[in-house]
Amino acid sequence: MKGMRGFVRLEKRGGVSGTSVLPVTILSVLLSLAFGGIFLQLTGHDALEIYGLMFSGAFGSAYGISETLVKAIPLMLAGLGISLAFRMKLWNIGAEGQLYIGAFAASWVPLTFPDLPAYEMIPAMILLGMAAGGLWALLPAIPRAYLGVNEIISTLMLNYVAILWVDYLVFGPWKDPKGFNFPLSAPFSEAARLGTVGNTRVHTGIFFALIVAVIIYIIINRTKWGFEIRVIGESEPAARYAGMDIRRNILLVMLVSGAICGLAGMTEVSGITGRLQPNLSPGYGYTAIIVAWLSKLNPFAILLVSVLFGGLQVGGYLVQTSGVPASVATMLQGAILFFVLGGDILTRYRIRPGRGEVA
Amino acid sequence: MKLVEMKGITKRFPGVLANDDIDFSVGPGEIHALLGENGSGKSTLMSILAGLYRPDRGTILVRGREVWLRSPRDAIRYGIGMVHQHFKLVDNFTVTENIILGHGRTPLFHNLKSFSEKIAELGGHFGLGVDPGARINQLSVGEKQRVEILKMLYRGSDLLIMDEPTAVLTPQEAAELFANLEKFAESGRSVVLITHKLNEVLSVAHRVTVLRAGRVVAVMGREEVSERKLARLMVGGDIAAARREEFCRVGEVVLELQGVSASKDVGGQGLKRVSFSVRRGEIFGVAGVAGNGQKELAEAVAGLRWVHSGRIFINGVNATNLSPRTIADLGVSYVPEDRLGIGLVPGLGIVDNVILKNYRKPPVAGRWLINYRQAEKEAEWLVKEFNIKVADYRAPVSLLSGGNMQRLLLAREILGNPLLMVVVYPVRGLDVGAAEAVHRMLLEMRLKGAAILLISEDLDEIVKLSDRVGVMFEGSLVGILTGGSIKPEEIGLMMMGLAGPGVGA
Repeated sequence: MKGMRGFVRLEKRGGVSGTSVLPVTILSVLLSLAFGGIFLQLTGHDALEIYGLMFSGAFGSAYGISETLVKAIPLMLAGLGISLAFRMKLWNIGAEGQLYIGAFAASWVPLTFPDLPAYEMIPAMILLGMAAGGLWALLPAIPRAYLGVNEIISTLMLNYVAILWVDYLVFGPWKDPKGFNFPLSAPFSEAARLGTVGNTRVHTGIFFALIVAVIIYIIINRTKWGFEIRVIGESEPAARYAGMDIRRNILLVMLVSGAICGLAGMTEVSGITGRLQPNLSPGYGYTAIIVAWLSKLNPFAILLVSVLFGGLQVGGYLVQTSGVPASVATMLQGAILFFVLGGDILTRYRIRPGRGEVA
Repeated sequence: MKLVEMKGITKRFPGVLANDDIDFSVGPGEIHALLGENGSGKSTLMSILAGLYRPDRGTILVRGREVWLRSPRDAIRYGIGMVHQHFKLVDNFTVTENIILGHGRTPLFHNLKSFSEKIAELGGHFGLGVDPGARINQLSVGEKQRVEILKMLYRGSDLLIMDEPTAVLTPQEAAELFANLEKFAESGRSVVLITHKLNEVLSVAHRVTVLRAGRVVAVMGREEVSERKLARLMVGGDIAAARREEFCRVGEVVLELQGVSASKDVGGQGLKRVSFSVRRGEIFGVAGVAGNGQKELAEAVAGLRWVHSGRIFINGVNATNLSPRTIADLGVSYVPEDRLGIGLVPGLGIVDNVILKNYRKPPVAGRWLINYRQAEKEAEWLVKEFNIKVADYRAPVSLLSGGNMQRLLLAREILGNPLLMVVVYPVRGLDVGAAEAVHRMLLEMRLKGAAILLISEDLDEIVKLSDRVGVMFEGSLVGILTGGSIKPEEIGLMMMGLAGPGVGA
């Protein structure tokens, strides 16, 4: 960013120390809570009380924590998938659609072969869910790689297609005949369900997320492929100069990114709903974008931030009982992103009063 | 009375004290050279005078009155105009439109013709002839510079700050510019010439201020200085100049181009049937005004630009339109014009940048993984061997100084013991010491038997290093000069397409 004109100007700081990033992020989150608090106060609520309720609801009890984790699992997986594409500056906004398509393809297995044993059923669902999510992401990747078609638009548009496709199935051909005309597929057999931890709803999908995080960390930081992803993300001309195949990497990265988001869909139907249904996701694919961004694309940070955002969602549901709309969670998500992006600028630039310099 | 006086100017940037208590003055009718290496603070000082930066401390007086320059507009109001090294012109506007653009007094409805006449008159007066109706993209670099100067004159500048004005000019164009500047000074106006070229100071300046590391080290009249004295003041000591040994065993042909043609980035022919060859142990210099096909030539050889006719042979292999990776594997290394962003990945650290070319080959690469311990070892060796100053191997290379960046890039490209090196503008933006180091590296490679294709705008550099010189004009190789008696003036004429000795390849 060059200098801006106006009454203040931004001056670049010497270097960004790694240690200043975390406190700034925390401060940004606190500021966004304060910002949200103003809104709550203005609408006649006691902000501190509401926040207290949200926090204790999300983290204050074993049940709360388990529900928070339940919401965090799809955020983790989708966030990890997104982070891989973002690393290459491929803006995959299509995690939501890839999640739905993954859920659809995974559901096909138990709905078509209900009698498979678990050790065949679960791997088949994982495989199909990932393959479908990957191919769904490949769809916009191909025009991007060969024609330079903007992937932000195309991945976003395909979300609606995917969501409506699942709607079509559960309202139409896949509707459970015994389901009293509800738009739900038939329930899966027990073999198609992921195991749960104790008697909570936390399912083994959480281990998938942990494994994927480790794998992505290794890919990015240790492999030749990860090296190419990092170089292409930093500078395409440099990558071309070094003889890297950019097209191939666009296709491959989007495929893998979509596959991980597809896995998120698989774990939702297999671990939570046990059937294909509309509104599988309250926008996990979009929230995951914020999660990936806040985590600076670090896979382990994504796991942590997902838990925070899961908690935000659970807390948001909870405060509805005290007359606050659940969308307070959505508002806070937006505010957090806003303040963290702002804080990001402040760690790199210093604000000085006075007219802009043309740097 | 002085036209402009700057007193005790101090300006600090994060990590650098760019100007440290600098006094500087220009009298009316004076051409004042501001001499210093890159990073000595001369551009910062003049940017302060032009209203682009504000000093942390110090005062500025114009005609004896203290002024506050808060923007370029303020500076222009006091008659101070700056011509930047990179022109600030709108390409598809005409000369007249560019000159009146952003000029406060232009009325909402205006008659372009009356402005054009005024501009033509002004140009005629100062010998800056340029067609007011021409579009900027039709003009040569020298003409664009004239438009920039006219723009400042039109705004009533009494002090013209010229930032490295000859960097993009041929020797003939430079001589013409200096004649114009002298005319300008005779009319009572003043010029500040920012430069690091000693001969320019001696040929045109009345006085010179030498800066080193943000401080004034000398202010002298022309009669007091010599090239040697200035060099010592500027660098702060003597530097051993790299010298090419005339005698060198020239071996077999490594690179051969046969009628190579290629397109530009946007429309038009970038290379037109270019043919020449380069042998082992030979530096083949390519001179020309920037934008006459040099970039296309380098990219075609490196496999980064599609060759639509003609053939390129590397070490006997037909390498036309092979992938960049295959060409690199043939023993070609390439130091591109843009260090940061092409040659080096700005956001990655030293280690990652060192393995940019060989990350796929053992011992750095395993089957899937990169052996970072090995990579670190290579990086450390390279840094030590080539004397690169590194604070932190993980910090982005964009934080390195220009000289260290270029050394790192050259070191990496030399590391693989290339058969052929394609080197583009290797010392652009480097200070004298760093430039000498780069030249020594290239000459050493020549002695080791590498073939070197050296592309440069700097004729002194070309003449100093090259065994043979090819000159490019509008995409064609207009001539090749051989032998030790290559004269810059001769190259200069060919660069403008005015003469060709017709020496075949």
